[in-house]
Amino acid sequence: MNQNINRQQVERVAHLSRLDLTEKELELFSGQLAAVVEYIQKLNELKTNGVEPLAHCLPVHNVFRNDAVKPSLATEDALANAPDRTDDFFKVPRILDDSSGA
Amino acid sequence: MAAKVDYKVIVGLEIHVHLATRTKMFCGCELVYGGSPNSRVCPVCLGMPGSLPVMNKQAYEFAVLTAMALNCEIARFTKWDRKGYYYPDLPKNYQISQYDLPLSHDGFIEIPLEDGSIKRVGIIRAHLEEDAGKNTHELGNFSAVDLNRAGAPLLEIVTAPDMNSASEVRQMAQELQRIVRYLGISEADMQKGHMRFEPNVNLHINKDGQTYKTAICEIKNLNSFRAIERSVEYEVHRQLDEFLETGRTMQIGNKRTYGWDDVNQTTVLQREKEEAHDYRYFPEPDLVPVEMDEAWFEQIKSRLGELPLQKQKRFVGEYGLSNYDASVLTADKATAEYFEKVVQAGADAKRTCNLITQTGQKLANQNNTTVDKLGISPQNLAKLAQMADKGQISATAAAQIFEKMSQQNADPEQIAKADNLLQNSDAGAIEAIVDQVLAENVDAVQEIVSKGKKAGKAQGFLMGQVIQKSKGQANPKVVAEILSRKLAQISS
Ligand SMILES: [Zn+2]
Repeated sequence: MNQNINRQQVERVAHLSRLDLTEKELELFSGQLAAVVEYIQKLNELKTNGVEPLAHCLPVHNVFRNDAVKPSLATEDALANAPDRTDDFFKVPRILDDSSGA
Repeated sequence: MAAKVDYKVIVGLEIHVHLATRTKMFCGCELVYGGSPNSRVCPVCLGMPGSLPVMNKQAYEFAVLTAMALNCEIARFTKWDRKGYYYPDLPKNYQISQYDLPLSHDGFIEIPLEDGSIKRVGIIRAHLEEDAGKNTHELGNFSAVDLNRAGAPLLEIVTAPDMNSASEVRQMAQELQRIVRYLGISEADMQKGHMRFEPNVNLHINKDGQTYKTAICEIKNLNSFRAIERSVEYEVHRQLDEFLETGRTMQIGNKRTYGWDDVNQTTVLQREKEEAHDYRYFPEPDLVPVEMDEAWFEQIKSRLGELPLQKQKRFVGEYGLSNYDASVLTADKATAEYFEKVVQAGADAKRTCNLITQTGQKLANQNNTTVDKLGISPQNLAKLAQMADKGQISATAAAQIFEKMSQQNADPEQIAKADNLLQNSDAGAIEAIVDQVLAENVDAVQEIVSKGKKAGKAQGFLMGQVIQKSKGQANPKVVAEILSRKLAQISS
């Protein structure tokens, strides 16, 4: 039943998430994830013919706020948990293959 | 020499527009340009565990308003999705965006081209998302990250590949800037990154009775309209040369990304192979959907107002201006509205247009503002236009007075009097000067009367003498009339 998720897929997802997994971890997570997926697949037993797809599970919509400024964190507090900093910037390993800039 | 090839340029645009809200898309952090690093961040935009985003209503309405101006279908039900994003300038590790249910789709924009025709470019979709922060790479093996911009509301607009030249792409970008500024939804300053354009360029080449499509290239890093036009031009030539040399055509997965190098005026290859982009979109569980009812839709629609191209067309029809003049006046909404107030105050439209576009905009540029903010009431400018029309002041004097008025919104007539700029149109006084000049320059008069070789020159000389004797205050039109009449009398 474990064809649903194989080692290759775990490797790929790890790469997309920029996670560097050891051989042992790959083995472990493949097994665990396969079990999770198998469990979720129980949902396939439900008959969903004629049921409209749902975009969200809550019967709520249009929760907005007004465009009013709220105090931000002090820069010192914002940087308090950062592994590293330079002046008032977060300091991170150099970004290779920079496709950033959403 | 290769056989003559004919080709068609195909360009579509992906555009990001910063919305001019006071705060970010999903938190109350203030949006400021140039604030000190990481001074406008909070648990939400830092992606801290347990924080929850809440939609900015103004941002949503700005986005819908723009989509309406772009003739899009507005979705009555829309939702948010997470897009996988693993860069430190967006620390949540995903970007909140819209995937399968964007807030708008299927519209078009009409672009007035320089030749006076109108080009229609399709809009595939326009949706809201959040911007990333800023990385700076001056630290060798490290990058410095400022998250003030992370979470800023961004409107992404995707056009159909309907543009067929570099100049059309530039004109499309300019028209979009004019529209968003009219709507007041963005400052749309390209240098500040308020508007980012990414052209996707390729060619359809006809050769030996067959059509070849070159690989699509996306161009990034464009921060001026000039750069947009130049980069597309450059890319067209590069792709044509490459095709003629290698015969390389579009394949699945050979889309490339180029960056524009403004210093060397070239495009530089950034990524050869399209990475297997897997954004792993899924519905954002932290945000509820948006439903738009008729009342809300109409309320937003009522804020549309007259759009720039409509205004431009109306100025041509209503005021008899040239298409060019109308386009200059309507480039900025406040200037266009000021023009209309001056005309309503009784000035001639063409005269007003000349005053505003020639003198006014020069002054406005010097003061880094717009003509309406030069401190001149429409009534006073209308009076200046009327004085020029009646010949009470010369065109040069009108420009001088205009400048003075911008310093001291005074009555133009008072300035003209105080500075001795009023032209004398009083026929009696001018006639006396003309008589005097004719008497003093018998040789010149003789040359004209005998229709000598230098008759034209002699008449110009007499004209100049009269103006000089009047200390430049005689209306040249009146002088010319009287002078011609007197000379005709002497000849007969
Ligand atoms: Zn924030």
